[in-house]
Amino acid sequence: MPLPRLIPCLDVAGGRVVKGVRFQGLRDVGDPVHLGARYSDAGADELVYLDVKATLDGRPALLELVAGIADRLAIPFTVGGGVRSVADAEALLGAGADKVSVNSGALERPALVSELAGRLGSQAVVVAIDASGSEVRSRAGSQPTGRSAVEWAREAEERGAGEILLTAIDTDGTRNGYDLELTRAVADAVSLPVIASGGAGTARHVADALDVAQAALLASILHERPARLVTLRDELRDLGVPLRDAA
Amino acid sequence: MNVAVCAYGAGNVRSVVVAFERLGASAEVTEDPRAVTAADLAVLPGVGSAASAMEGLRERGLDAALRERVADGGPTLGICLGLQLALEETEEDGGVEGLGIVNGRAVRLRDGRVPRIGWAAVEPSGEAFYFAHSYAAQTQAATARSEGIVAVVEQGCFVGVQFHPEKSGDAGARFLERCLSRA
Repeated sequence: MPLPRLIPCLDVAGGRVVKGVRFQGLRDVGDPVHLGARYSDAGADELVYLDVKATLDGRPALLELVAGIADRLAIPFTVGGGVRSVADAEALLGAGADKVSVNSGALERPALVSELAGRLGSQAVVVAIDASGSEVRSRAGSQPTGRSAVEWAREAEERGAGEILLTAIDTDGTRNGYDLELTRAVADAVSLPVIASGGAGTARHVADALDVAQAALLASILHERPARLVTLRDELRDLGVPLRDAA
Repeated sequence: MNVAVCAYGAGNVRSVVVAFERLGASAEVTEDPRAVTAADLAVLPGVGSAASAMEGLRERGLDAALRERVADGGPTLGICLGLQLALEETEEDGGVEGLGIVNGRAVRLRDGRVPRIGWAAVEPSGEAFYFAHSYAAQTQAATARSEGIVAVVEQGCFVGVQFHPEKSGDAGARFLERCLSRA
């Protein structure tokens, strides 16, 4: 198995990194290219950029941003938010993204996952699942779907997804630890890599998640501070988590 | 130094171009077989799935250009799917005939989680590179492995890598620099 991965997540809107609670009251906290580069220098294994507004009129700006990130970074990055067609995904990869993440678009039309995998290859397709308890929610967590996270993850795998990005809504932002029960249930149900998300507060939380999942998404624990990633990596090493030797 | 990066389908080839430009090379994405023939170094990046990729190469005449280039001793680098396409065949998409530049075939990974995604050490150097693949080469031309999986293939002027040097930070940049210095 490849080494466990640490993946800082940057929410973007209007070409800037933003921060807000449940996407409300967004405030500007930095430049996406600059912050991404600093995370890369601090030892990030990959990055995820989520376009939290994901409006159609913001697309050209997003593509320009993706190109700027690709010009600066030499590690992989995923872009998500509002991807609803193969054309959307092709534009993002063409601009320099390595993978796209799909969420509501795939829930509304599961065939989208098959189309993306067929055209771009499974390795470029991340299916993001937001779950409360064991139930999938759509539209940034606002809409219940009645679907089980385990069943949806299985279907995504059958349709050719390359990874599952699983966010536990109930623990997200709490910094009280990942939802290990949910993460384990999904990881056991599929043979894809699973990225655990939602709830990291301490190195121990991240280490526990990496016992179950293959990667951990890091958001509020980093607080947009790349220096925290450096100390977190040291703490994880002390806990026996094997991480790559970043330059 | 002039690098031609073959464009033949949907995917991220921009990062490959940027990685070479960072090293001071002049790199361009091209669909033109003549540009592939003329370049100091030709790169076959990995984009899409095997069947659509081979079709894309054939439609543009890039398959013949790459075969001729390698036969003439022109330095050529295949990345990820680009390595797998250089083999005689791949199991992907129900079986696809490759370029036949290197003896061997690509088979589906059967152990661990697939796709195999993430940083893994490549032996003998022990340096970690970034992998993202569901198929891997089986060939006598392997010169380095990662967890038992073929990571580097060398046959004459062709070098193929299963990992993504353009996404492997400083280790990847050093690898690409070696490719340039040999070209």
